[in-house]
Amino acid sequence: MTRMNLVQAINLALKQEMERDSTVVLMGEDVGKDGGVFRVTEGLWQQFGDSRVIDTPLAEVGIISVAIGMAIAGMKPVTEVQFDGFSLPMLDQLYNHAGRMRKRSQGKYHVPLVLRIPHGGGIRALEHHSESLETFFTHIPGIKVVAPSGPYNAKGLLVSSIRDPDPVVFLEPKRVYRAIKEEVPEEEYEIPLNKAEVVQEGSDITVIAWGAMQKIVREAIEQLNGKYSIEIIDLLTLYPLDRNTVIDSVKKTGRCVVVQEAPRTCGYGAELIATINEKALLSLEAPVQRVTGYDVPMPLPKLENYYIPDATRINKAIETVMSF
Amino acid sequence: MPKNDIRINFELFQILNEDGRIVNTRDMPQLKNDDIKRMYELMVLARVFDDTALKLQREGRLLTYASLQGQEASQIGSAIALQKEDWFVPSYRENGVFIARGHPMDMLYQYWAGDERGMDKLDSINGLPVAIPVGSQIPHAVGIAWANKLLGKRSVAAVYFGDGATSKGDFHEGVNFAGVFQVPCVFICQNNQWAISVSRKKQTASETIVQKAIAYGIEGVLVDGNDVFAVFKVVRDAVERARSGKGPTLIECYTYRMQNHTTADDWKKYRSEEEVERWKQKDPIERLKKYMESEGIWDENYEKMVWDDARTQVSEATRKFESVEPPSPLDMFKDVYGKLPPEIEEQRKDFE
Repeated sequence: MTRMNLVQAINLALKQEMERDSTVVLMGEDVGKDGGVFRVTEGLWQQFGDSRVIDTPLAEVGIISVAIGMAIAGMKPVTEVQFDGFSLPMLDQLYNHAGRMRKRSQGKYHVPLVLRIPHGGGIRALEHHSESLETFFTHIPGIKVVAPSGPYNAKGLLVSSIRDPDPVVFLEPKRVYRAIKEEVPEEEYEIPLNKAEVVQEGSDITVIAWGAMQKIVREAIEQLNGKYSIEIIDLLTLYPLDRNTVIDSVKKTGRCVVVQEAPRTCGYGAELIATINEKALLSLEAPVQRVTGYDVPMPLPKLENYYIPDATRINKAIETVMSF
Repeated sequence: MPKNDIRINFELFQILNEDGRIVNTRDMPQLKNDDIKRMYELMVLARVFDDTALKLQREGRLLTYASLQGQEASQIGSAIALQKEDWFVPSYRENGVFIARGHPMDMLYQYWAGDERGMDKLDSINGLPVAIPVGSQIPHAVGIAWANKLLGKRSVAAVYFGDGATSKGDFHEGVNFAGVFQVPCVFICQNNQWAISVSRKKQTASETIVQKAIAYGIEGVLVDGNDVFAVFKVVRDAVERARSGKGPTLIECYTYRMQNHTTADDWKKYRSEEEVERWKQKDPIERLKKYMESEGIWDENYEKMVWDDARTQVSEATRKFESVEPPSPLDMFKDVYGKLPPEIEEQRKDFE
């Protein structure tokens, strides 16, 4: 065990998977000598060279679409896009090809690639660098969407994502990159892409969050000083969703708050609430509350902290549900 | 003042002229009579397949269909220039390529009748399925070629697209990657002059498509796309260049779509009868026939045999695809993921 941050954990996972499987290649803008804009791939070009750690032209569609071809022909490309807003042109290739190639070829081809995206806001970055776009990806049939929240789960989830036979969008909580350190095993391990984690057991209310919101939720709940017995769920994988863990928890507590950084309308939280309504409505003691970003363009850093859900808003929602 | 004149003259590479005469003996590939006959027979087969498809569509037996008529030399000449281990990445107009690579015609009809099973088994001929979003398949070929290079395989990837696709970003990003990483990929643009109703001149201010190769730092060849010998020669050379590690080539096959874009438009709305008539005089099949006649390897008996045989094969394919049992509705839940996630498993159960 070593204490490491999320950047180090992902770097180690990439290194170990590349050592284990020579078909794993990294592709992206500045992922080589520069080690990536967040230094996540630092040192890997030095170890694996030009043909395994590939600095591509500045072309997001080129990266994802060429990677699709590589994956069809036997490679396992792990692609990186620098910031959320730049991933949007890739949706065409993800939707029309990555997610459909297995279907279009009647199962004869598949696309085992990973798209790593530093996700969400909170690092005082420029415009278009801080969006939360998970819903765009979870709505695409044929791909999986993974949202680690900390160093330990990021490492295990990335290993599983690279080994998965289907395309995986891997959303790295960029504000957590260097914010926390955890004990992370040096040896390899996998965390399955269909399992949520009950971070803390409780009996009064369930709070569900993923990615960077997980840390905010835990900090918010600490401020309540044990006022309620709160069950915290970290989804880890958004598609496929571990519905059983969510439903079992809500059936037990009867109350739920969902926290998402993305805008409210049609956000992933809406899917969670619909699922709860379908499977656990009669267990509910109160309407499920959403704490979300607003339906506005992601504000620039001067205002982003007013947009991103914080402890005050989360605890207000918990109180609303508890006092219903 | 620097001269900003970027007009670049690519000469049209031609071997067989419109009268069926060899005008370039130096570059004429070494072909046995049987090879030439095979070219002719495949071109006729593609024409009959296509004509029948248009008829089947009018009768409601196929969905919207994109005709390849006029492009037989570009498609057959290029497809047979590839080796078995090479990959082909098609758009939606490449039925001639599919046929030449050996994909069963009944399965092509099956696909164009709305049954996805028609795109099965393409792994046995190293083909990707039909790609409908224009140009989106171009970078896939680059990735396939690159993977082959990284894996130490000898395969080359050939990708097909039209003049309209060269206006898309996918074309730019794909060809640019291929140039930067020197991957064994051959870009085959069938410039058929029309992207539905928009003419080639409205796609780009470039004099030619092929001159774009210069900007990407790769080889480019402009070839008479109605001359099967020239297309064969140019594609074979480009494929072997790629195979020997000398990088990608952009080939512009200068040709013409003789029919509508698809069965959903009417060419009379956007181009003149005179223009279509002029191109009919350049029909690639007629041209090859004239040559073969002058060489004494074509006569009326042979002609009848070739067309009769093509019609027999195509009517057999028609009979076969129409006698296939309809797909199971449960097929829609197949091949979405390697392992069906519980969500979809539940939806599947709801459906049942």
